[in-house]
Amino acid sequence: MNNQDKCPMPTEEWINTEEYKEKNFARKNLVVNPAKGCQPFGAIFAACGFEGTMPFVHGSQGCVAYFRNNFSRHFREPFSTTSTSMTEDAAVFGGQANLIEGLKNTYTLYKPKMIALSTSCIAEVIGDDLNAFINNARNKQAIPDELPTPFASTPSFVGSHITGYDNMLKGILSYLTKDKKTDKKTDKINIIPGFDTHVGNLREIKRILNLFGVEYTILADNTEYLDSPLTGEFDMYPGGTPLEETRESINNKATIALQRYSTKKTITFIEKFFEHEAVALPMPIGIGATDKLVMEISRITGKEIPKEIEDDRGRAVDSMTDAHQYLHGKRYAVYGDPDIVIGVVSFLLEMGGEPVHILCSNGTKKFAKEVEVILESSPYGKEGKVYPGKDLWHLRSLLMTDPVDMLIGTSYGKFAARDADIPLVRIGYPIVDRINLHRYPTIGYQGIINLITWIANAFLEKTDRLSDDEHFELMR
Amino acid sequence: MRQIAIYGKGGIGKSTTSQNTVAALAEMGKHVMIVGCDPKADATRLILNAKAQATVMDLARESGTVEDLELDDVLMTGFKGIKCAESGGPEPGVGCAGRGVITAINFLEENGAYTPDLDFVFYDVLGDVVCGGFAMPIRENKAQEIYIVTSGEMMAMYAANNIARGILKYATSGSVRLAGLICNSRMVEKEIELIEVLAKRLSTQLIHYIPRDNVVQRAELKKQTVIQYYPDAHQANEYRDLAKKIVENKNFVVPTPITVDELEDLLMEYGFMEIDESVEQAKVAV
Repeated sequence: MNNQDKCPMPTEEWINTEEYKEKNFARKNLVVNPAKGCQPFGAIFAACGFEGTMPFVHGSQGCVAYFRNNFSRHFREPFSTTSTSMTEDAAVFGGQANLIEGLKNTYTLYKPKMIALSTSCIAEVIGDDLNAFINNARNKQAIPDELPTPFASTPSFVGSHITGYDNMLKGILSYLTKDKKTDKKTDKINIIPGFDTHVGNLREIKRILNLFGVEYTILADNTEYLDSPLTGEFDMYPGGTPLEETRESINNKATIALQRYSTKKTITFIEKFFEHEAVALPMPIGIGATDKLVMEISRITGKEIPKEIEDDRGRAVDSMTDAHQYLHGKRYAVYGDPDIVIGVVSFLLEMGGEPVHILCSNGTKKFAKEVEVILESSPYGKEGKVYPGKDLWHLRSLLMTDPVDMLIGTSYGKFAARDADIPLVRIGYPIVDRINLHRYPTIGYQGIINLITWIANAFLEKTDRLSDDEHFELMR
Repeated sequence: MRQIAIYGKGGIGKSTTSQNTVAALAEMGKHVMIVGCDPKADATRLILNAKAQATVMDLARESGTVEDLELDDVLMTGFKGIKCAESGGPEPGVGCAGRGVITAINFLEENGAYTPDLDFVFYDVLGDVVCGGFAMPIRENKAQEIYIVTSGEMMAMYAANNIARGILKYATSGSVRLAGLICNSRMVEKEIELIEVLAKRLSTQLIHYIPRDNVVQRAELKKQTVIQYYPDAHQANEYRDLAKKIVENKNFVVPTPITVDELEDLLMEYGFMEIDESVEQAKVAV
């Protein structure tokens, strides 16, 4: 008996079958290519958005090398983060000595205005107490008394990068705003972008707020840090929300978060301690969510929606009608962080697109329910199915057994998209195989035009590429 | 809300002492929650009148994550409304029980177990402070008072001194304090004197001496505290006394642990070494 008899189908074909998909979805104790990062990853992303701040991870050096390297691939910018370089002895005796030495070195060498501490697996498993260690470092004069040292426990084995972002941002805000509350609220509003790696999005939200004539504080503003002008001079800490402004954020009128799943704890904290209105909106991707944001800004600030923004909206709607025929009735697979996925699914439904496979490695059952409600609200959502907690190998099975026309997600989807022979439109984190995309907004009315540009043109490129001579038309 | 951690050598009677004391507090009308921080999960058995409930880590193991758990799944109510939660943890010899304690306490905190109506939260912690995880209950904003259960036996006192060293580490950076030694008698000679001297050396107090009484074991067989099973027993009054002393206690100190040599000298001085002398003589004879 030869192999051919035993295996009626070669493996590379078999993995595309329904039979394999069932086995793939039955797998429990193995994860293949999950679309998520770990907590400290999100923590240092939040930290880099504050003035003169050095993110500092209590844990192994290798973890931090990976974080820096990974951010540099996406943003194509230098990214600084220090670590306590824990090794075996620190794992046995506790990492306090490393932490004190590390704080001292970081302060002496890099002169930060703030050091924001988070933790990786090893420090969390052995139960190191950051708060106590930092106090001891101060008692030993490793760092000056006045240096702010907010901290957050961010065990890599709990949640994902969005949890870490949330924990660190809450840690920084609770540290800096302590005892800063006064009786008087300003007219300013706070904006929390969430774990959003499209720097164009922050620029777009600033443009919208400026058009409104609203005073605002972005918590945290990492646009300059992650997209700084090339001047020939190296600045370790470009931009960032000023620390003083952050301290004062507790006295502002309200807080608006532009993502919900990555800001849960922070928003709860703000509601409780800032004692002002704190709203977490769906990420403003698509016309409905953007309208909601614009109206909320108007409601909270009491300012009229400016004509420029109404015109922006008009142009977005125009672009939607222009492109409707290219997106309508097409089938899509979408994956990524929960806030982005909800945004993209809502946008596709607005365009008459049919989201079929919706996958979110760091999504919970509650998230799945929310997406199901959105799908049910539209006739185009009928075929949509949500897969929380699944990975990109599951996604591949879905694409092969129940084909769609397009995949929307991060660069990691390119392998599955290639196997399924469908275009991949890149949104989210990371994008490491295309240039400049992170500089374009995906949110707001401008974001709608960009998404349409990428999606429609990807379809049109494919049509041209596959056309024979008789059908290769000038107009599409 | 006062948060209290009970430490002490394994097998010394921490869980029995703390559950009886908590029962006495509940009898006085106090609202109390017990958080068992031991994989054995026996810190709430006498209050719930049932062997180990579903622990936080048991349920986490089933669902693969604590994120899908609800507070009601792990927070039980026992004798006189006492709230009970157990961290649970791995089987002996595998995994990391200390991390289990951290995970469980974080879960309780994030899911609102620490309600403002609570007068006391008791952490009953496994054996010695063997790793960072078992020090979780004494981190900042957690337990600020620590009681060490000990007896006049050398190893129990050795453990008590070791725990004081652990507390000292946290006391210098935070507000945790040693609140007293509880002597759970093993009928060792001159036991009270011995523990009183040890307490003095550690800069603390012997807050209460609990005499040995088999009624405790009888009640335990019935999965009950003495307070519940024999409310009129003399021993029940001992626990009521201890509870009252804890309520009134204001003696919170940064401990001053002693060296092993000093501890051995102390035992010599209090006549613990009589048997050893005969052994020494026997050796000389050989």
